[in-house]
Amino acid sequence: MRIELERRPDVSKLFSILSPFIALGLTLVFGGIMFMLLGKDPLSALYSFFIEPLTEVWSLHELAIKAAPLILIAVGLSVCYRSNNWNIGAEGQFIMGAIAGSILPVVFYEWQSPLVLPLMMLLGMMGGALFAAIPAFLKAHLNTNEILTSLMLVYVAQLFLDWLVRGAWRNPGGMNFPETRTFDATAILPEMIASGRAHWGFGFAILAAILIWFMMRYTLKGFEITVLGQSERAGRFAGFSSRKMIWFSMLLSGALAGLAGIAEVSGAIQQLRPVISPGYGFTAIIVAFLGRLNPLGIVVAGLVLALTYLGGEAVQVSLQISDKPIRVFQGLLLFFVLSCDTLIHYKIRMMWFDLTDTTADGVR
Amino acid sequence: MGIFEAILLTVITAATPLVLAAIGELVTERSGVLNLGVEGMMVMGAACAFIATQQTGSPYVGILAGIASGALFSLLFGFLTLTLVANQVATGLALTILGLGVSGMIGESYVGQSGIKLPQIVFPILSDIPFLGPLLFRQDLIFYLSIALVAGVHWFLFRSRAGLKLRSVGDSHSSAHALGINVIRTRYLAVMFGGACAGLAGAQLSLVYTPQWAENMSAGRGWIALALVVFASWRPWRIVAGGYLFGAVSISQLYAQAFGIGIPSQFLSALPYLATIVVLILISHNRRMTLINTPAALGKAFVPDR
Amino acid sequence: MSAEGEPANSPLLAVGQLTKLFGTFAACDGINLDIRPGEIHALLGENGAGKSTLVKMLFGVLAPTSGEIIWQGQAVRINSPSTARKLGIGMVFQHFSLFEALTVAENIALSMNPGVSLSRIAKEASDLSHAYGLPLDPNAHVADLSVGERQRIEIVRALLQNPKLIILDEPTSVLTPQEADRLFETLNKLKAEGRSVLYISHRLEEVQRICDRATVLRHGKVTGACDPRKETPSSLARMMVGSDVAHVSAEGTSAKGAVKLEARHLSASARTPFAVSLKNICLKVHAGEVLAIAGVAGNGQGELFDALSGEYPVANDDVILIADKPVGTRGINARRLMGAGFVPEERHGHAAVSALSLSDNLVLARSQSDRRAFLGGGVLGLIRQDAVKMAAKRISEAMDVRKSGENPPAGSLSGGNLQKFIVGRELDRQPTVLIVNQPTWGVDAGAASRIRQALVDLAKSGSAVLVISQDLDEIFEVATEIAVISEGRLSDIYPASDLSREKIGLLMGGMYGKTGTAETAHAH
Repeated sequence: MRIELERRPDVSKLFSILSPFIALGLTLVFGGIMFMLLGKDPLSALYSFFIEPLTEVWSLHELAIKAAPLILIAVGLSVCYRSNNWNIGAEGQFIMGAIAGSILPVVFYEWQSPLVLPLMMLLGMMGGALFAAIPAFLKAHLNTNEILTSLMLVYVAQLFLDWLVRGAWRNPGGMNFPETRTFDATAILPEMIASGRAHWGFGFAILAAILIWFMMRYTLKGFEITVLGQSERAGRFAGFSSRKMIWFSMLLSGALAGLAGIAEVSGAIQQLRPVISPGYGFTAIIVAFLGRLNPLGIVVAGLVLALTYLGGEAVQVSLQISDKPIRVFQGLLLFFVLSCDTLIHYKIRMMWFDLTDTTADGVR
Repeated sequence: MGIFEAILLTVITAATPLVLAAIGELVTERSGVLNLGVEGMMVMGAACAFIATQQTGSPYVGILAGIASGALFSLLFGFLTLTLVANQVATGLALTILGLGVSGMIGESYVGQSGIKLPQIVFPILSDIPFLGPLLFRQDLIFYLSIALVAGVHWFLFRSRAGLKLRSVGDSHSSAHALGINVIRTRYLAVMFGGACAGLAGAQLSLVYTPQWAENMSAGRGWIALALVVFASWRPWRIVAGGYLFGAVSISQLYAQAFGIGIPSQFLSALPYLATIVVLILISHNRRMTLINTPAALGKAFVPDR
Repeated sequence: MSAEGEPANSPLLAVGQLTKLFGTFAACDGINLDIRPGEIHALLGENGAGKSTLVKMLFGVLAPTSGEIIWQGQAVRINSPSTARKLGIGMVFQHFSLFEALTVAENIALSMNPGVSLSRIAKEASDLSHAYGLPLDPNAHVADLSVGERQRIEIVRALLQNPKLIILDEPTSVLTPQEADRLFETLNKLKAEGRSVLYISHRLEEVQRICDRATVLRHGKVTGACDPRKETPSSLARMMVGSDVAHVSAEGTSAKGAVKLEARHLSASARTPFAVSLKNICLKVHAGEVLAIAGVAGNGQGELFDALSGEYPVANDDVILIADKPVGTRGINARRLMGAGFVPEERHGHAAVSALSLSDNLVLARSQSDRRAFLGGGVLGLIRQDAVKMAAKRISEAMDVRKSGENPPAGSLSGGNLQKFIVGRELDRQPTVLIVNQPTWGVDAGAASRIRQALVDLAKSGSAVLVISQDLDEIFEVATEIAVISEGRLSDIYPASDLSREKIGLLMGGMYGKTGTAETAHAH
């Protein structure tokens, strides 16, 4: 069998919308097969993975809590990827944002004021942006590959956090546990609605998605991002600077990842620990692609990926299996999203019989 | 055996997986394909090699399993990027995420088991050479393979006709296609060779470096291998030099920790990653050199007219 | 040579009803053609007539949808270039199928029998290239060679296979007139040896000069078969284009006005290892003038455009002046605001983004120069889609851009229609200075004549126009003044009426009037 691609004259509108859904469907099918191989009933497993978490109010709040960082980070990444800047170190920027924002409640814990919370958020954004500035500077001025540098810095950030919470920032009254003091009430991001735990991080995420969507859709800046991503040369012809775009997109995504970090720490964890993220920065890459790099699509995609975290926890309890299938689900989903996107630009033809091969010797 | 020899031996052990993964990726990139999934293929190789060894009791079966799993896993990448022309950067990331996930799942019940270490193969006479003997001729099969592979890849790329074809595909796929070279098939083979090497590198981790399985045990080595290819400017022997340099850096931090130098262990652990960044800066600073050495078609998708 | 019992004059290659469909579009539609032993056969046609598709099928790069190919009396299926080579067909591509990072010998080895060693290939190639008057150093890297030398590699590569038929796709488009003469000698030598040549071109003059027979294609169909020597250029042109092409009228050119564009000792070092550096370029373009810069591809045309447009500003302000104001360090939009307009060579990915709509591609060039009309919302910089779409529509109508739908993506337009839009995008602003690189490259005759007329008219209305072109026919149609660029140096500027093709050819080889002696010694 052979597969041939034929370029469509125009982008297929139908498949632009359908492809994420086809990818989701395929992931469910393969996920079911995976559960079967693990010796579980696939339907009930899928039910407790994907449906059950949606049936209760408290778990909807958990969903919003987990979706918030994913959406915030992915929205920033979408700007990077659309402009052809491959920041894959959002995990590190998330951590550095969390650390920078925690300076006030950890070091200056005695200062209690309504100003603390806004300043924390601002510091978090600055922390993430400054950390993203490293690969941005290296790419823009020294021509260094941003994929590798931004990723290497994730490990550095993780180790830096580890050192802080075991050393200088360790809670003096915490019986030597590797964690900081818990934040004062004035440093905790309040809940959005009274019915549950979901904090304002989700509000930030939605706001960021709408603002970036507006920018991409209606403004010259959004146009500049699209053009430079499609062709640096055409961008230069338009008078746009790809070097400035490196700075813009990296700082923006770094700031949003940093905001996600401080919002997560201030809203959900309420202290710093050696590990503050179950890989949000990497999962957000999947969210960005599943949302087709469109901020509104990313909101939906963020909720879907947040569901895999919740579902993973749910099956741990109900089926007595580990949380490992979460990563597999997420990886599969990205694979299928990328494959299905081919349908947008190409028609796919399966050639069951290879006509040219059977006659290959016609010459001799 | 003196302390210096002992240190060098650990450097070699730390460098071998980097050299292996990098030489495989070098061939892949020479054909014009950028596979960022090295980390995922490596960790899959580590898991499969360990599991196969535990099941059969033979680390040699483990090596084969590592190679096969890496190659099969890379085929997934090949199908997406070569047949379906998906974005190579994104697909490479997907491969890494999936590899970390799948290896964590299949290896879960093996966590904490003590494994079987790959035995040494001792060359008589040669191994008695003072100093060099124990370093170079009292090693395991994977070390010998790593050196043989580098030599073999050098010969293949620059002395054989098939290697010339592979380089031509990486330089200009449309020209190669016009000459009748099968671009897609060449790239599939190059991608699978890269996968097999990454799988072998993973097998070294779980059979030699630390003979056991732990989740995420590749710990960023796949990414360092990617940086090594750039560092080596796509030349095989420079991979060895770069690999051993990085091996030395990562070992030095272990010794520094052991001797209790007054630097926090986290900062020492960050050294290999920081060293990677520094090396990348030094290499890419010379834009002209990078432009000349980089395979011209690297990362570009190819769809033939029919 | 041929099968026994056949008449001596039976064709070497015959093609019957050969058809190639891309989707529903017929690139070749029932083509019939035969090539006799020992003849030079011309395949004539415009850009997009199906010539390249046809020869790609003959060389096994594309598979025909239907029809037959008969080689020496036997039906054959050519499904790969190696099959074609085994039969005895050699090919010299228009866009060379060479590898810049490899040496000449390695490039040749890629199409040879794998059993032959590289050193032997190098020796054979060197011997053969000297025998045919095409000297080559087998150990040179392709990246370091000129376009003419690269073509020699392709020819030598084809000849090493000892082919019975050699196909050349637009071979002279990259050569100086003198280099082309040398190529014709080689072709006549091949013909004398009994080999056949399929010669693809849209240049009537050279076809009449060297070809024995001609087959003419239009829109994928054969529209004529003739002896080109018995035709007139205009009768051949009619077969090619289907109707008479409007003649560009340059009459009534206005008198010289003030200097609008000037370069004073402009130098720029090469940005990449493969680029050309600009050396001490001086030029002046007055209002009402069309200055054409001739030259063989790869002699610094792109680099000159980059410097003049401000895509890559230069170090000194006063080496480039627009309307007497120094602009050397200013960016492209600053120069646009001073009334300049620019049309780069490459349409896709430089002048336009294929995936974006025409209206978006209008914003691409004019977001700053038409800030008032196209942008709103103050610092937000909202794009006023309605205003942009109206302007895009106006341009399409003015330039007769044929398109599917109201506002289709740029990539869906044919080369000629997209180029009309890109040129119209600048004309719509009434620029006082227009700089165009290869205005009609790969464009059909109708669109080409329209674009050339527009350039002439713009100059007549009092603007200064600089045209960089490889096409001598085009240059003589539009230019009032001519200069030649060679290895990054610009010759003196001559009035168009003072120059002949031969003189331009000499200048292309680097023989300059002013500094002539030194340059002449260098050129050979």
